[in-house]
Amino acid sequence: MDRIPILRMGDFLLVTIQVDMHDQLAMTLQDDLTSQIEKTGAKGVLIDISALEMVDSFIGRMIANISGMSRILDASTVVVGMQPAVAITLVELGLSLAGVQTALNVDRGMQRLRADVAGKEADDGRHQE
Amino acid sequence: MAVTKSEVIPIRTEHDIVVARQAVRRLSVEAAFGLVDQTKMVTAASELARNTFIYGGGGTLQCESLLEGARRGLRLTFTDQGPGIADLSLAMKDGWTSGSGMGLGLSGAKRLVNEFEIESVHGQGTRVTITRWK
Repeated sequence: MDRIPILRMGDFLLVTIQVDMHDQLAMTLQDDLTSQIEKTGAKGVLIDISALEMVDSFIGRMIANISGMSRILDASTVVVGMQPAVAITLVELGLSLAGVQTALNVDRGMQRLRADVAGKEADDGRHQE
Repeated sequence: MAVTKSEVIPIRTEHDIVVARQAVRRLSVEAAFGLVDQTKMVTAASELARNTFIYGGGGTLQCESLLEGARRGLRLTFTDQGPGIADLSLAMKDGWTSGSGMGLGLSGAKRLVNEFEIESVHGQGTRVTITRWK
Protein backbone atom coordinates (compact mmCIF):
# COMPACT_ATOMS: atom_id res chain seq x y z
CA MET A 1 0.00 0.00 0.00
CA ASP A 2 1.37 3.45 -0.80
CA ARG A 3 2.21 5.76 2.05
CA ILE A 4 3.61 9.24 2.43
CA PRO A 5 6.93 9.05 4.32
CA ILE A 6 7.23 10.73 7.70
CA LEU A 7 10.74 11.85 8.66
CA ARG A 8 11.85 12.43 12.22
CA MET A 9 14.21 15.29 12.97
CA GLY A 10 14.88 15.77 16.68
CA ASP A 11 11.61 16.71 18.36
CA PHE A 12 9.83 17.22 15.05
CA LEU A 13 8.15 15.13 12.38
CA LEU A 14 8.45 16.28 8.78
CA VAL A 15 6.11 15.40 5.93
CA THR A 16 6.44 16.50 2.33
CA ILE A 17 3.43 15.71 0.19
CA GLN A 18 4.65 15.34 -3.37
CA VAL A 19 1.93 13.33 -5.04
CA ASP A 20 -1.65 14.01 -6.06
CA MET A 21 -3.24 12.23 -3.07
CA HIS A 22 -6.23 9.99 -3.43
CA ASP A 23 -8.57 10.07 -0.44
CA GLN A 24 -7.38 6.87 1.18
CA LEU A 25 -3.77 8.05 1.03
CA ALA A 26 -4.75 11.23 2.88
CA MET A 27 -6.57 9.19 5.53
CA THR A 28 -3.55 6.90 5.94
CA LEU A 29 -1.27 9.91 6.42
CA GLN A 30 -3.59 11.26 9.11
CA ASP A 31 -3.51 7.94 10.97
CA ASP A 32 0.25 7.45 10.52
CA LEU A 33 1.03 10.94 11.79
CA THR A 34 -1.04 10.65 14.94
CA SER A 35 0.47 7.27 15.80
CA GLN A 36 3.98 8.61 15.12
CA ILE A 37 3.38 11.59 17.43
CA GLU A 38 2.32 9.19 20.15
CA LYS A 39 5.22 6.81 19.52
CA THR A 40 8.01 9.40 19.26
CA GLY A 41 6.69 12.04 21.65
CA ALA A 42 7.25 14.60 18.89
CA LYS A 43 6.61 18.23 19.88
CA GLY A 44 5.91 19.50 16.40
CA VAL A 45 4.77 18.47 12.93
CA LEU A 46 5.74 20.29 9.76
CA ILE A 47 3.71 19.54 6.64
CA ASP A 48 5.13 20.86 3.38
CA ILE A 49 2.42 21.17 0.71
CA SER A 50 4.42 23.27 -1.78
CA ALA A 51 4.11 20.52 -4.39
CA LEU A 52 0.32 20.25 -4.03
CA GLU A 53 -1.45 21.81 -7.01
CA MET A 54 -4.86 21.50 -5.45
CA VAL A 55 -6.40 21.27 -1.99
CA ASP A 56 -10.07 20.34 -1.98
CA SER A 57 -12.40 20.04 1.00
CA PHE A 58 -11.28 16.46 1.68
CA ILE A 59 -7.57 17.29 1.85
CA GLY A 60 -8.39 20.52 3.69
CA ARG A 61 -10.28 18.52 6.29
CA MET A 62 -7.37 16.11 6.61
CA ILE A 63 -5.02 19.05 7.28
CA ALA A 64 -7.40 20.51 9.87
CA ASN A 65 -7.79 17.08 11.51
CA ILE A 66 -4.05 16.53 11.77
CA SER A 67 -3.64 19.96 13.31
CA GLY A 68 -6.41 19.33 15.85
CA MET A 69 -5.31 15.81 16.75
CA SER A 70 -1.68 16.80 17.19
CA ARG A 71 -2.72 19.69 19.45
CA ILE A 72 -4.55 17.22 21.68
CA LEU A 73 -1.40 15.08 21.70
CA ASP A 74 0.62 18.13 22.82
CA ALA A 75 2.34 18.77 19.48
CA SER A 76 2.11 21.86 17.27
CA THR A 77 1.47 21.61 13.55
CA VAL A 78 2.51 24.07 10.90
CA VAL A 79 1.55 23.79 7.23
CA VAL A 80 4.05 25.41 4.89
CA GLY A 81 4.42 26.34 1.25
CA MET A 82 0.85 26.58 0.07
CA GLN A 83 0.79 27.85 -3.51
CA PRO A 84 -1.06 31.20 -3.90
CA ALA A 85 -3.52 29.75 -6.45
CA VAL A 86 -4.35 26.98 -3.98
CA ALA A 87 -4.88 29.49 -1.15
CA ILE A 88 -7.20 31.64 -3.30
CA THR A 89 -9.21 28.59 -4.34
CA LEU A 90 -9.48 27.20 -0.80
CA VAL A 91 -10.92 30.42 0.59
CA GLU A 92 -13.39 30.72 -2.28
CA LEU A 93 -14.39 27.09 -1.74
CA GLY A 94 -15.29 28.11 1.82
CA LEU A 95 -12.39 26.64 3.80
CA SER A 96 -10.21 29.08 5.70
CA LEU A 97 -8.35 26.43 7.75
CA ALA A 98 -9.08 28.33 10.96
CA GLY A 99 -6.94 27.02 13.79
CA VAL A 100 -4.26 25.68 11.44
CA GLN A 101 -0.87 27.39 11.72
CA THR A 102 0.68 28.19 8.37
CA ALA A 103 4.03 29.58 7.26
CA LEU A 104 5.34 30.71 3.90
CA ASN A 105 8.19 28.21 3.68
CA VAL A 106 10.02 25.43 5.53
CA ASP A 107 12.49 27.82 7.22
CA ARG A 108 9.76 29.96 8.72
CA GLY A 109 7.75 26.88 9.62
CA MET A 110 10.68 25.44 11.59
CA GLN A 111 11.16 28.79 13.34
CA ARG A 112 7.49 28.70 14.33
CA LEU A 113 7.74 25.16 15.71
CA ARG A 114 10.89 25.97 17.70
CA ALA A 115 9.21 29.07 19.13
CA ASP A 116 6.13 27.00 20.09
CA VAL A 117 8.27 24.43 21.89
CA ALA A 118 10.32 27.13 23.66
CA GLY A 119 7.07 28.84 24.71
CA LYS A 120 5.64 25.63 26.13
CA GLU A 121 8.85 24.86 28.03
CA ALA A 122 8.82 28.37 29.52
CA ASP A 123 5.20 27.80 30.60
CA ASP A 124 6.09 24.46 32.18
CA GLY A 125 8.95 26.15 34.06
CA ARG A 126 6.59 28.77 35.49
CA HIS A 127 4.09 26.14 36.62
CA GLN A 128 6.79 24.28 38.51
CA GLU A 129 7.94 27.34 40.45
CA MET B 1 -21.04 27.82 -29.27
CA ALA B 2 -18.99 24.91 -30.59
CA VAL B 3 -17.71 21.86 -28.78
CA THR B 4 -14.17 21.38 -30.07
CA LYS B 5 -13.31 18.27 -28.06
CA SER B 6 -15.17 15.82 -25.89
CA GLU B 7 -14.08 12.96 -23.69
CA VAL B 8 -15.76 10.77 -21.10
CA ILE B 9 -14.04 9.57 -17.94
CA PRO B 10 -15.62 6.82 -15.84
CA ILE B 11 -15.83 7.48 -12.10
CA ARG B 12 -16.00 4.03 -10.59
CA THR B 13 -13.24 3.97 -7.99
CA GLU B 14 -11.67 6.43 -5.58
CA HIS B 15 -8.62 6.57 -7.83
CA ASP B 16 -10.82 7.84 -10.69
CA ILE B 17 -11.24 11.09 -8.70
CA VAL B 18 -7.49 11.64 -9.17
CA VAL B 19 -7.74 10.67 -12.86
CA ALA B 20 -10.60 13.18 -13.28
CA ARG B 21 -8.54 15.94 -11.62
CA GLN B 22 -5.60 15.28 -13.93
CA ALA B 23 -7.78 15.29 -17.07
CA VAL B 24 -9.41 18.58 -16.02
CA ARG B 25 -5.98 20.08 -15.35
CA ARG B 26 -4.77 19.05 -18.83
CA LEU B 27 -7.90 20.45 -20.55
CA SER B 28 -7.74 23.68 -18.49
CA VAL B 29 -4.15 24.18 -19.68
CA GLU B 30 -5.24 23.48 -23.28
CA ALA B 31 -7.99 26.11 -22.89
CA ALA B 32 -5.21 28.55 -21.86
CA PHE B 33 -6.73 29.18 -18.39
CA GLY B 34 -4.48 31.06 -15.98
CA LEU B 35 -3.10 29.17 -12.98
CA VAL B 36 -5.80 30.37 -10.55
CA ASP B 37 -8.60 29.46 -12.97
CA GLN B 38 -7.03 26.05 -13.61
CA THR B 39 -6.84 25.42 -9.87
CA LYS B 40 -10.47 26.49 -9.33
CA MET B 41 -11.71 24.22 -12.11
CA VAL B 42 -9.65 21.24 -10.91
CA THR B 43 -10.82 21.76 -7.31
CA ALA B 44 -14.49 22.02 -8.35
CA ALA B 45 -14.05 18.84 -10.43
CA SER B 46 -12.53 17.03 -7.46
CA GLU B 47 -15.49 17.93 -5.21
CA LEU B 48 -18.07 16.87 -7.78
CA ALA B 49 -16.25 13.68 -8.80
CA ARG B 50 -16.17 12.67 -5.14
CA ASN B 51 -19.93 13.31 -4.86
CA THR B 52 -20.52 11.18 -7.96
CA PHE B 53 -18.45 8.38 -6.48
CA ILE B 54 -19.67 8.49 -2.86
CA TYR B 55 -23.28 9.63 -3.07
CA GLY B 56 -24.10 8.60 -6.65
CA GLY B 57 -22.45 5.19 -6.41
CA GLY B 58 -20.23 6.01 -9.39
CA GLY B 59 -20.97 7.49 -12.80
CA THR B 60 -19.26 9.45 -15.52
CA LEU B 61 -17.57 12.77 -16.14
CA GLN B 62 -17.94 14.25 -19.60
CA CYS B 63 -15.39 16.98 -20.42
CA GLU B 64 -16.12 19.33 -23.31
CA SER B 65 -13.79 21.99 -24.63
CA LEU B 66 -15.84 24.96 -25.83
CA LEU B 67 -15.33 27.77 -28.28
CA GLU B 68 -17.69 30.75 -28.46
CA GLY B 69 -16.36 33.40 -30.81
CA ALA B 70 -12.83 33.94 -29.60
CA ARG B 71 -13.67 32.81 -26.07
CA ARG B 72 -12.57 29.39 -24.86
CA GLY B 73 -14.16 27.43 -22.08
CA LEU B 74 -14.47 24.07 -20.43
CA ARG B 75 -17.72 22.34 -19.53
CA LEU B 76 -17.82 19.36 -17.17
CA THR B 77 -20.88 17.16 -16.72
CA PHE B 78 -21.04 14.69 -13.82
CA THR B 79 -23.75 12.07 -14.18
CA ASP B 80 -24.78 9.27 -11.87
CA GLN B 81 -27.73 6.89 -11.58
CA GLY B 82 -27.70 7.01 -7.80
CA PRO B 83 -30.51 7.75 -5.36
CA GLY B 84 -30.75 11.42 -6.36
CA ILE B 85 -31.00 14.36 -3.98
CA ALA B 86 -34.26 14.67 -2.07
CA ASP B 87 -33.95 18.36 -1.21
CA LEU B 88 -31.82 20.31 -3.67
CA SER B 89 -31.95 23.66 -1.91
CA LEU B 90 -30.82 22.01 1.32
CA ALA B 91 -28.00 20.16 -0.50
CA MET B 92 -26.75 23.49 -1.92
CA LYS B 93 -26.35 25.02 1.55
CA ASP B 94 -22.88 25.54 2.97
CA GLY B 95 -22.13 23.10 5.73
CA TRP B 96 -25.03 20.75 5.10
CA THR B 97 -24.09 17.14 4.42
CA SER B 98 -25.98 13.87 4.30
CA GLY B 99 -22.69 12.02 4.73
CA SER B 100 -19.55 12.60 6.72
CA GLY B 101 -18.09 15.39 4.59
CA MET B 102 -17.85 19.09 5.34
CA GLY B 103 -20.85 20.05 3.26
CA LEU B 104 -18.82 22.25 0.93
CA GLY B 105 -18.85 20.07 -2.20
CA LEU B 106 -21.82 21.46 -4.12
CA SER B 107 -21.92 24.98 -2.69
CA GLY B 108 -18.13 25.34 -2.89
CA ALA B 109 -17.90 24.00 -6.44
CA LYS B 110 -20.59 26.49 -7.49
CA ARG B 111 -18.50 29.39 -6.20
CA LEU B 112 -15.47 28.24 -8.20
CA VAL B 113 -17.07 28.30 -11.65
CA ASN B 114 -18.96 30.69 -13.95
CA GLU B 115 -22.00 28.51 -14.64
CA PHE B 116 -23.53 25.80 -12.49
CA GLU B 117 -26.55 23.61 -13.15
CA ILE B 118 -27.90 20.70 -11.18
CA GLU B 119 -30.72 18.31 -11.99
CA SER B 120 -31.67 15.47 -9.73
CA VAL B 121 -34.56 13.06 -9.77
CA HIS B 122 -35.24 11.17 -6.59
CA GLY B 123 -34.49 7.51 -7.24
CA GLN B 124 -33.02 8.10 -10.70
CA GLY B 125 -29.81 10.03 -10.37
CA THR B 126 -28.10 13.39 -10.46
CA ARG B 127 -26.46 15.46 -13.15
CA VAL B 128 -24.26 18.46 -12.34
CA THR B 129 -22.87 20.68 -15.11
CA ILE B 130 -20.24 23.33 -14.54
CA THR B 131 -18.63 25.69 -17.03
CA ARG B 132 -15.70 28.02 -16.74
CA TRP B 133 -14.68 30.53 -19.40
CA LYS B 134 -11.29 32.00 -19.98
